[in-house]
Order: sequence, then C-alpha cells, then structure tokens
Amino acid sequence: MIEGILGKKIGMTHIYSEAGEMVPVTVVSAAQCFVVQKKTKERDGYEAVQIGIGEKKEKRANKAMKGHFKKAATPCLYNLAEVKGEKLDELKAGQALNCSEVFKAGDFVDVEGKSKGKGFMGSMRRHHFSGGAESHGSMHNRAPGSIGSSSDPSRVYKGMRMAGHMGSRNVTVQNLKVVAIRPEDNVLLIGGAVPGAINGLVLVKKAMKK
Amino acid sequence: MGVIQEIEKNYLRTDIPEFNPGDTLLVKVKIREGDKERLQPFEGTVIKKRGGGVGATFTLRKVSYGVGVERIFPLNSPAIESIKVLSKGIVRRAKLYYLKDLKGKAARIKTRR
Repeated sequence: MIEGILGKKIGMTHIYSEAGEMVPVTVVSAAQCFVVQKKTKERDGYEAVQIGIGEKKEKRANKAMKGHFKKAATPCLYNLAEVKGEKLDELKAGQALNCSEVFKAGDFVDVEGKSKGKGFMGSMRRHHFSGGAESHGSMHNRAPGSIGSSSDPSRVYKGMRMAGHMGSRNVTVQNLKVVAIRPEDNVLLIGGAVPGAINGLVLVKKAMKK
Repeated sequence: MGVIQEIEKNYLRTDIPEFNPGDTLLVKVKIREGDKERLQPFEGTVIKKRGGGVGATFTLRKVSYGVGVERIFPLNSPAIESIKVLSKGIVRRAKLYYLKDLKGKAARIKTRR
C-alpha cells in the first residue's frame, strides 16, 4: 500500500484513552482522496502513485488537466501529490482511498501542511528576540538591536534574522501518533496539533524517523 | 459540521449528576497501580466549572490538615467512577476564587435545604 494520504484538516477535539487520560487530537478527513496516476518503472523510471483531493468544477480545470483526470476517471481535483509505497499493483487509477487502508491506529506519521499566515512580524515574534527594557526611559522596546559591525565588513551578513513575513509556508511536524481511525467517516485522529488552518490541505506520511 | 460532534458523542458521559459552583461533591476516581485498580475518594467544594462538550472540567477545593488542595477533573473522564452531590451551596459567583483567601469559619458556604 502507499505510504501517505492527502487530507483536509477538520479541527481539533479531545478523546479519552482507556486509562482515562485526555488526549488532544486533530481530525483529518481523507474523504474524496483518489488515485490519479501510477508512475511505473518502465515509463517514469520509478514506482510511485499520484493522489489527489479536493473536487472542483470541471470548468475550473484547464484542458491538459481535464484530460489527465479523464484518463483516471476521477472528478477534477484541486490538489495533487505523489507518494511512494510497496505492492502498488493492487491500486488502480481512479480508485477512492480510505485512510484505514493506508494507516492503522498506533502508527507514527509526519504531517505536512501550510502554516497559518501571520503577516509582517517583528523580530520578537518572528525569531523570539528578547527586545529591550519596557520602562525607566528605555526607548529600545521591541527593536532588534545591532545587526552587525561597522566599516568592516560594511554590509549586513546574508541570513541575518530580521522582521518580515511570517507563516504561510510549508511546515512538517514529525512523529505524531495516529490515535484512532474511523473508516466509516474516512477520518484520522492524529494526536497533537498539525500545521495549517481548518479546512487546510495536509499530507499525512509514514513517519520518516520511526 | 458533523464529524467532530460524532466523535465527541462517543466520549460524552450521561451518568454525571448536575451540579453547580458552591456544591460539595464526593468524587471517586479510579487509580491504576500496576495491574490493580482501586478507587480514590476526593471530597471538596466546586469552585469552578469550565468548558463545554467533551473537554469540560471542574475544580474541587478542600482544606486537608490546614493545607488547601485543589484538583481539576475532566467532567467526561472515564477515570471518574462516580460523582455524588453531598450538598447544594448558595453562592453569587460562578468562580469561587475568593475562597482561596479565606479560611476557617469565613470559608464556609451557605447550604440550601
């Protein structure tokens, strides 16, 4: 089976373990996740599966993508991703996936998503600078301080941490546990928080480091 | 909407009696020691209830050998074996934090009969 699935973040809630502990979980729905294309050794040089999620109207797809989805006999989709796996012969293009086929409760996963955009943020928020004193006449409140030396080197080093746009970038959280699976709703309950806003796209993959 | 409520429904307990801040409760909690399970009673005044649904909690306060002890329980936890309402109190606040500053006779709560 493949080693990952695309999903939609539904939201967070709590469940209780058998020992009576409260476990915070994120609900990720893999409903309407299809196999779109199979990459084969002969044709593409490697084995993988292209999956997609997020149905869209046919008129929103361009001609090339329409043909691509028509070949797989799936609806037109917003998001595509490629995942590796073993024993891919049992999968066919056009097949709808259920998360219970891909993962089981107790598995460890890495979850990739686009983090919430924070806009233009100062160095205290963006890089956890400590800032200056807030009282006794200090006028150095949230400023970053020195950003380098003087005439030598006469420039600011590349990569200097400064204020700027924060968030809205791809973030992967590793080694989260799949606490439970509900095959009838096609949802995964993943322990802890995953990146992104509600209704955001996430890629749930088998944990790299476990 | 829907899936989250469906999931939470499985964990909501319906056998918990109704109680309010100011009431005195006796809560029996299941404690697991190795492979043995026993019940631990905790008796105290409800000083706070917070949250709704599956994540709701309440806080009990008691004074044990002159030391104030507060314990937070998840309302829907399966570790709670039973809750018994020992007395109903008359209070005018939802959060009884003022009890933390009082002791002895002043920390009593009028009870409803």
